[in-house]
Amino acid sequence: MSKVKMHRTTPSIDMTPMVDLAFLLVTFFMLTATATPDEPVQVSIPSSVSQMPIPERDMIIISIGKDNKVFFTVDGQFTRAKMLKEMGQLYNISFTPEEESIFAVITSFGLPIQNLKQYLSLGREERKEIAQPGIPVDSLNNQLKDWVLQARLANPKVRIAIKGDDDATYPVVKKVINTLLDRKVNRFNLITGKEAMPDEMKAVAAKKPAI
Amino acid sequence: MAEIQGGGGEGGKKGGKVRSKKSSTRIDMTPMVDLAFLLLTFFILTTTLSKPQTMEITMPEKPKEGDKQPEVNEKKVLTLVLGANDKVYWYVGITEPEAKKTDFSKDGIRKVLVEKKSEIRDLIVLIKAMDEAKYKNMVDILDEMTISSIQRYAIVDITPADKEIVRQTP
Repeated sequence: MSKVKMHRTTPSIDMTPMVDLAFLLVTFFMLTATATPDEPVQVSIPSSVSQMPIPERDMIIISIGKDNKVFFTVDGQFTRAKMLKEMGQLYNISFTPEEESIFAVITSFGLPIQNLKQYLSLGREERKEIAQPGIPVDSLNNQLKDWVLQARLANPKVRIAIKGDDDATYPVVKKVINTLLDRKVNRFNLITGKEAMPDEMKAVAAKKPAI
Repeated sequence: MAEIQGGGGEGGKKGGKVRSKKSSTRIDMTPMVDLAFLLLTFFILTTTLSKPQTMEITMPEKPKEGDKQPEVNEKKVLTLVLGANDKVYWYVGITEPEAKKTDFSKDGIRKVLVEKKSEIRDLIVLIKAMDEAKYKNMVDILDEMTISSIQRYAIVDITPADKEIVRQTP
């Protein structure tokens, strides 16, 4: 009897299906990923049962940080450049074309327009580091009002959303809302997270109003 | 692991015919798989799946001089005062109301709203936020309006009288 020879083959697994799957997932996540621009303010938004998605374009977003600083952004490079030019004229500050083009691509900002020129002259990394004081919304110096107006003039289609932090206090929110009401913006959005409708209330909410 | 095999393993045979090797052309996929999973992990961690939602609110226009404000029966008015530390005070009516304190939990303000809604026809809810109230409270209370499907509500400014009522509420 000859010895039973043991085959010394290394156990190899066919990895092809796994790799297929891995690449499929990579492709999926790559395509669905949207590059989130870094915001100068971290906002943890409250949640609500509202199901309405945010429009992706033509939005003014007014962020209120947890330290009650107000930040402003609007999408669209053309809108931003035009808005800045008009704002400069209003406040007698002339922005160079370079500054306009930088402004067109940055995200939200929260500083008085008087400091904006200096901010735009900073480098990309420096801009991230700097602590922004927030846009003035006081009744004496309400620049938010002008930003909203100029953004709407530059792009009449824009809608306005307020993205407030859980811990922002009500007086600031009230100031922002009053600013909008002064501009006859009566309809606006509050950006919230998702939350399930409590089960026992579903029946109540589904009922049509008796009016 | 499979790899394109070089000249290994044939050393024992001397001379002989030159055999065309029958090794399969399998490529070592390990680095590629490593990279694929690295990318996969990266994209999984960076994607935010839950997109934020939005809640649309419509505020009434600011009243102009000489505008007539609609009059309502005060018995139909439920006032909610949002106070500090996630507390909410509520009372019905305007003259000498009896305020009670509750919170934003399921058995708190929601119960009150459902109760009052079934008790009072054409209930009107006035939401007044104190300066100490958080933005979260405001969103929560608006959300409660949606949940208990109360149609008529308004956010109004707080008055000194309301503050006094809250101060006296234990």
